[in-house]
Amino acid sequence: MTTLALPELDENRPLALPLEAEQTLPNGLTVLAIRRPSVPLAEVRLRVPFAKAELAEAAVLAQTLFSGTSTRSTVEIAAELQTVGGGLGAGIDPDRLQISGNSLVSGLDRLLELLAEVLDDAAYPEGEVTTEVERLADRIQVAQSQPAHLARVALLKRIYPGHPYAVQTPSVEQVRAVGPEALRALHARRLHPAGATLVIVGDIDPEQAVQTAAKRLGGWNGGGETADLPPIPLLVPGPLLLVDRPGAVQSSLRLALPAVGRTHPDHAALQLANMVFGGYFSSRWVENIREDKGYTYGPHSVIEHSVAGSTLTVSAEVATEVTAPALVETLYELGRIAALPVREEELEQARQYALGTLQLGMSTQSGLAGLASTYAGFGLRLSFLAEHSARLAAATLEDVHRVAATYLAPAVAAPVILGDAEKIQAAVSAIVPVTVESRPAA
Amino acid sequence: MSTETSIQIPRTAYEVERFTLPNGLRVVLSPDRSAPVIGVAVVYDVGIRSEPQGRTGFAHLFEHLMFQGSANLEKLAHFRHVQGAGGTFNGSTHLDYTDYFETVPSNALERMLFLEADRMRGPRLTEENLKNQIDVVKEEIRVNVLNRPYGGFPWLKLPPVMFDTFPNAHDGYGSFSDLEAATVPDAAEFFDKYYACGNATLSVSGDFASEHARMLIERHFSDVPARPAPSRADFAEPDLTAERRESYVDKLAPLPAVASAWRVPDPITDFAGYLPYVVLAEVLTDGDASRLVERLVLKDRSVTSVGGYLGFMGEPFEVRDPTALLLQSHLPPGGSVDKVLVTIDEELDRLATDGLTPGELARTQARMATHLLRETDAVLGRALRMAVLELQRGNPGLLNDLPHQIAEVTEEQVRSAAATLRPHRRASIEVVPGGNQ
Repeated sequence: MTTLALPELDENRPLALPLEAEQTLPNGLTVLAIRRPSVPLAEVRLRVPFAKAELAEAAVLAQTLFSGTSTRSTVEIAAELQTVGGGLGAGIDPDRLQISGNSLVSGLDRLLELLAEVLDDAAYPEGEVTTEVERLADRIQVAQSQPAHLARVALLKRIYPGHPYAVQTPSVEQVRAVGPEALRALHARRLHPAGATLVIVGDIDPEQAVQTAAKRLGGWNGGGETADLPPIPLLVPGPLLLVDRPGAVQSSLRLALPAVGRTHPDHAALQLANMVFGGYFSSRWVENIREDKGYTYGPHSVIEHSVAGSTLTVSAEVATEVTAPALVETLYELGRIAALPVREEELEQARQYALGTLQLGMSTQSGLAGLASTYAGFGLRLSFLAEHSARLAAATLEDVHRVAATYLAPAVAAPVILGDAEKIQAAVSAIVPVTVESRPAA
Repeated sequence: MSTETSIQIPRTAYEVERFTLPNGLRVVLSPDRSAPVIGVAVVYDVGIRSEPQGRTGFAHLFEHLMFQGSANLEKLAHFRHVQGAGGTFNGSTHLDYTDYFETVPSNALERMLFLEADRMRGPRLTEENLKNQIDVVKEEIRVNVLNRPYGGFPWLKLPPVMFDTFPNAHDGYGSFSDLEAATVPDAAEFFDKYYACGNATLSVSGDFASEHARMLIERHFSDVPARPAPSRADFAEPDLTAERRESYVDKLAPLPAVASAWRVPDPITDFAGYLPYVVLAEVLTDGDASRLVERLVLKDRSVTSVGGYLGFMGEPFEVRDPTALLLQSHLPPGGSVDKVLVTIDEELDRLATDGLTPGELARTQARMATHLLRETDAVLGRALRMAVLELQRGNPGLLNDLPHQIAEVTEEQVRSAAATLRPHRRASIEVVPGGNQ
């Protein structure tokens, strides 16, 4: 067969930012409306700062926020939303409470009206709270049987000692102790527009959508308090923490490494260095431990940004019998990128991926909404995409080598493995110093 | 509460252009210049139901082999060329089809067509790659089934209760012994039989001009050798006449769970008869105002969650007969599966007998329209759905009509559908918690 040449890429389309409008209302709520008329829908994200809210109370509040007002039941709220093709839900993390939803675009006004009603008048009825507390308790119990959850719990505890990020899932007992009074008090104290951002994306006129939001949410009570988090502690490298999970057929390998926030001068180069290491499929680490060795299915390495700091997390589920060799290859690839410059073509491939996936992420309403809301939580706007693209385009081989040596060196890693200690401890101890924890912490 | 006046269901107007190359490859183009991205999907008419006895999991294993290189592409080249163009890729194996797809900035259109055409002419099948991918697939099964609670529930656990024949009943992820027994000649034979271009569709959607895309498609795919589609096997099985119910202990699961399935009309040949079941599943389980969430979760508290959907892999418009409507529930500690099943029967009976409340059907249909439109907002969501609609129905334009066809389902049809979900037609699988809680 004749050899066919790979077609060249056509000229790149420039990054085009969508039409936007922004206004901060007198009560402190910032409204960002973004036009993406691809389908006749609207996406809504409301991000409210929630740092230092008591963990179990915040978790139950997110589950019960839509469980009735003084005039409507859970079912009535859900039915009214459905009537305009809508739905709303809430979730929390240690930084914020986020309400997410969508509807047919013709129902946006109604969706915001119902959202305002809940924000002003959520009732946390006794019976509904009891139901949701038990549902949450069950979900936590199920999570505690999932290796990915247990590995994350162990990693967070290890890398954020003394910080609110150290424990991000409440215990079943803590959840069961939460009642309606505590929820009403937390709502009154913290669920306020100060510092909050409402993002609306869809087939909308942005100015008009801002006006609609102002009309519906301008009356949201602007009182309450906010709280700031201390910066995350410096990552302390040290022995590998082996958390025993008897009978596990796979080991969950995790390494935390230091990272920097999106606006830090090293960020673009670190993103590229991480990609070359293990941050996408065509990376050294994935090609090594999956496509060459067959140790794992879906290894990944990501920079996680939180308000109080950023951390790079390397994760792989590997067969129990190859735990030590998988650790060896992981440390090898980290050591290699820290010690030696990457090749030009590796950098260019990673750069194209980083730039291209920015375009992909902006190409749906929900993608844009998520991006704009996340950025807003860090004081950024979509215009940051242009800045970040320019930094990605400008990063040099030297930049990438320097940040790799700083942030990706095995010497600065905090490793954790969740797995069957009886089967893997001896082999892993031959590679690095190990401390053993006998049972997964709840 | 709900009013009689319902919101108007909007309509999308995606352009759809269809043609067939002389070698039999069917092509669907759907240009949309609103974002500088494209979705490319190639779908082959072969899936889990077509794999040979003794080779469970082979369709999925073969999907992995399609990424291991082809005549002009070394191992790893496919991944690097897609990601190096700023794109993402994947493939997935379903009951009735296998898909391969990319989302990329639109300047990479020709490169993607090149990659797909090269492996359509034939993957590079080697012992080394086969062994490597058997290992990778075993890790995938460990992650998704063996090392987690509720692994394979219910999509791998319920079919063997409901069905009697190998194609419908077997484990589509495969046993380790079957996977390990797979050979390179098996793979070559599977490719020859099922990966004919007459057995495939190519769909491209997003930022391109149709004439240009058509020219590029002809350039890259015209010389793929013409091979006809194999005749499709008949997977028909009779409906159940007596209830079937089984259980198994999941050593990692802390809480009980149950899933039930009832056969539904043929999704392809009786689409009008099938659609009411798609709506019924949402009436029963979509959100806090749905029948079963209100009753089981909020009122009785006999389950912590309940979900309902069509097809064992949850894809109502991408599955052929025989298929089913599924309801699955997770129960609180000590919860009674018997009680849950009886309550579901009661609610189905109530729906069939008393009908829907004012506004209930319209609001469910409005929410379904939002879900469908959201799925098609992603350029790849459109490309994939159109590729399968072309493959299975010869009608990719159905994507534009679905929200309205769903909105036209009547209360009477939903009631009649509910009336067919009787215990004697039901197959159920129960998860008995073996966790240490």
